[in-house]
Amino acid sequence: MATPVKVHGPPLSTAVSRVLACLIEKDVQFQLIPVNMSKGEHKSPDFLKIQSRAICRYVCEKYAEKGNKGLYGSNPLAKASIDQWLEAEGQSFNPPSSVLVFQLAFAPRMKIKQDQSLINQNHDKLAKVLEVYEKRLGESRFLAGDEFSLADLSHLPNTHYLVNATDRGELFTSKKNVGRWWAEISSRDSWKKVVDMQKHSS
Amino acid sequence: MVVKVYGPIKAACPQRVLACLLEKEVEFQIVDVDLEAGDHKKPDFLLRQPFGQVPAIEDGDFKLFGKVLGMCSLTLGVIYLFIFIFKCVNILLLAESRAIIRYYAAKYEKQGTNLLGNSLEERAMVDQWLEVEAHNFNDLVYTLVFQLLILPRMGKQGDTALVLSCQQKLEKVLDIYEQRLSTTAYLAGDSFTLADLSHLPALRYLVDDVGMWHMVSQRKHVNAWWETISNRAAWKKLMKLANY
Repeated sequence: MATPVKVHGPPLSTAVSRVLACLIEKDVQFQLIPVNMSKGEHKSPDFLKIQSRAICRYVCEKYAEKGNKGLYGSNPLAKASIDQWLEAEGQSFNPPSSVLVFQLAFAPRMKIKQDQSLINQNHDKLAKVLEVYEKRLGESRFLAGDEFSLADLSHLPNTHYLVNATDRGELFTSKKNVGRWWAEISSRDSWKKVVDMQKHSS
Repeated sequence: MVVKVYGPIKAACPQRVLACLLEKEVEFQIVDVDLEAGDHKKPDFLLRQPFGQVPAIEDGDFKLFGKVLGMCSLTLGVIYLFIFIFKCVNILLLAESRAIIRYYAAKYEKQGTNLLGNSLEERAMVDQWLEVEAHNFNDLVYTLVFQLLILPRMGKQGDTALVLSCQQKLEKVLDIYEQRLSTTAYLAGDSFTLADLSHLPALRYLVDDVGMWHMVSQRKHVNAWWETISNRAAWKKLMKLANY
């Protein structure tokens, strides 16, 4: 019997929720180990926190035969397309959306002053990226092709916050294809479970 | 089947892809994209690359896109770099060159250099350091190149405060690399992988073009690593092709 995978960190963290969604898709048992953010446990001296995308890739390779088998592509070409959109997520989508999530959803709660010009700048950046996504999602059902993949999954954490905890959800919902895609990926069982875990952890 | 690589050979992202193809002994053909003439914005190119950037790969029926970080050198001419940067500086720094190299490293696993590590765990380390390169290293070098090389040649003043800030951040990042490389010969372990390869283009800019070779040479293990990886036959071949 395999020992469950241990996941360290709060489900509210976008990186952690990305990994959780992946594990649930792959039907891999895990154990969530809480990290006390207020005690600063999460700031390990080693800045090399293993990146959540690397972890997801590893989980998909290691448990290739479990759960959603196509999550990271069932052949090299499919995988390359997924990698491509994972890079787009990491490099283009993540930076502006993370800033917006922090500024609009977390800063107020943490009583940190919001930076309006930063918000505006990143809103515009994200809007431009989503224009490319709108076109892409008019050509295929999901980002990398016709099946839900790690590339779509990787977008779940930040988009969830933007749509549900800020007033910028219309960046997504006002676009026909992006809106359709968001509705579909956010209603997956795996993501619903993660959202549930987030609700019960705070 | 010859792989077509679209993009100027002096730019960082195509170089990443070309270095990989050379390591894997995969035949390729470079199709130069005239950024000045706006080739990369023409409809048939956009079919290949939705973000309208370079490089793009065409391999039989399979097309993958990537993006130039615009790090062209002196002799290429700053004008078309400017047009390119002007269009993308406020947008996004895509790095799909890393998706392209992942694909080729896996497709040609059995030939050329093994670039993926020898186990799942090593592959995870390769992935991790590819992410570190993409998220923590690359942008800093790119900013330095832009401020110290590109802007002055366009007759504009670079932002000294920004340069200083990038330098300071980069020093901290390289300290981490120094620590890592004091325990392993290469970033992901004991052999050369995609993780090391991915650093080559930007490292070359840092060392050769913006006068910051001391950042590398002052760090014993980073220096040894740079010397080793930049002396690889495939990289030297690429340097020759690019007329350095």
